[in-house]
Amino acid sequence: MDVIEEGIGRLFTDPDPDKAREFFRKKSRELKNKLTTVTDAVKTLLNDGDYFAIGGFGANRIPTAICHEILRQKKKNLAFAGHTSTHDFQILAAGKVFSKCDIAYIIGLEARGLSANARRYMESGEVEVTEWTNYAMAARLKAAAMGISFIPIRNMMGTDTFKYSASKKIKCPYTGDNYVLAPALYPDFAAIHVHEADVYGNCRIKGITIADLELARASKRLVITCERIISNDQIRNDPSLTVIPFYLVDAVCEVPYGSYPGNMPYEYFSDEEHLREWLTVEKDPEDLKKFLDKNIYGVKEFSEYVELNGGLKKMQELRDKEFLVKNKNAKK
Amino acid sequence: MADFNTMELMICTAARELEDGATVGVGTGAPCAAAMLSQKTTAPNLVIFFEAGGVAPMIPEMPISVGDSRTTWKANMAAGMAEVMETCCRGMVDYTFLGGAQIDMYGNLNSTRIGGDQQKPKVRLPGSGGANDFASFCWRMMVITAQDSRRFVERCEFITTPGYLTGGESRQTSGLPKGSGPYKIITNMAVMDFEPESKRMRISSINHGYSEKDVRDNCGFELLKAAKVSETPPPTAEALRLLREEIDPYKYIIGR
Repeated sequence: MDVIEEGIGRLFTDPDPDKAREFFRKKSRELKNKLTTVTDAVKTLLNDGDYFAIGGFGANRIPTAICHEILRQKKKNLAFAGHTSTHDFQILAAGKVFSKCDIAYIIGLEARGLSANARRYMESGEVEVTEWTNYAMAARLKAAAMGISFIPIRNMMGTDTFKYSASKKIKCPYTGDNYVLAPALYPDFAAIHVHEADVYGNCRIKGITIADLELARASKRLVITCERIISNDQIRNDPSLTVIPFYLVDAVCEVPYGSYPGNMPYEYFSDEEHLREWLTVEKDPEDLKKFLDKNIYGVKEFSEYVELNGGLKKMQELRDKEFLVKNKNAKK
Repeated sequence: MADFNTMELMICTAARELEDGATVGVGTGAPCAAAMLSQKTTAPNLVIFFEAGGVAPMIPEMPISVGDSRTTWKANMAAGMAEVMETCCRGMVDYTFLGGAQIDMYGNLNSTRIGGDQQKPKVRLPGSGGANDFASFCWRMMVITAQDSRRFVERCEFITTPGYLTGGESRQTSGLPKGSGPYKIITNMAVMDFEPESKRMRISSINHGYSEKDVRDNCGFELLKAAKVSETPPPTAEALRLLREEIDPYKYIIGR
């Protein structure tokens, strides 16, 4: 297969599956208790300079506690998978923890508008970027999950998204048609928030899975945060519900309301008021600094952040909102 | 005639383009409102796909995110991104609705950057998201956007999402799926389609209250014109009622 054309963006990770196999060969498959704290998980599993990815979809089923902790530990020079990222990107850009970024979707919070601070950071020239699309990034993770170095995809042709990507265009040996190759992406570290996990890391997810099943399999080190811990007996009672198996997982942290202020399907809706506050304070760097000191740098752990922003009462309101329950006591 | 604003007009116009039983990939905002309206009027069996994995839901109220819980409310499946995009790539999704900061005469879209250069842009925008994917894979791409000459440009500064690329056969020869491409561009002033040979944008119908001159004055490139240009039908009273009372009661979209 001859390369017809290639993008000029930098490939931040090595797509070589044999190197990944060497890593995975040594990864523990032991059924052991992996319960730990968010602080320790980030301290031991994420190193400065690593390439990392965050599961979920921006402000839906995201491991918010991990994002906050990455800021608190002042990680630096990371490379980030800017894939389906919105509020997670907003947090990470506020801490300037990454200096390289694969971009599929960044800066925006969808219908809520754009993050002024994330935009400033991405316009500063401090971050080296390579362009992709959401599916291209999902396909890159899928290739890694398959243990191969690329998969062909049928998009990006003819666009500047291709030109500034690190993909290559080839001719299909069967049909003669052109394909773009999505190079395998093996992140050093990933964090995914799920509904239920046991102490070994067997996970259950309700609702959409986005690209998390591929991400879990592609990543070298994986932290799971979960709404609640369940027993291994429950897992074994219905193994068809396990979507991420224990041997992919390095650490398990129980973080109730762990996707807050994001949406957690079948648990609680997003806190639009708080997300609006984020977008508003970002307009002034001084306001943002105070806000971050209060909500992230000044708190020890995630439960304090939830308390600061309305605690259980707020969570109950968001639960009503999730299920479209009209509660006359709740704020509009 | 009922009173309506331009956003309401665009949503109602877009909703009519989807026939019953069709499949559509949508984003948040006006595209989603159009699909919801279509489902409540002319296309009750419309099958809606969201890029994060929501498949064929009964959307109860306007989603804020294409991955939030509204996108799987009473859905037929809660899947993942690959499932949805690969269904599009297999040719099972008829339409998609998109937007962008810039659009050119071939329907190419820019949602990546304006000014500066790649590593230090003057204005950085979100990037492709799922737009390039949907526009590459779905059969017919439609765009809902306000029209002015800063948005309708001679050349997109960055082509994030493919339209007909450089026109003619260029889309097909690039390797993008055969027979797919931009279909209708729905603005506050007019509806545009594409001339079959050159694949250039042309005026198809003009909205009530606007002239051909308005449409041309608010476009940064030369628009072709269909053999017969009609007046775009206005929204029906029932469509407006549904839009205001059931689809977007808090005016997230139609209040813009």
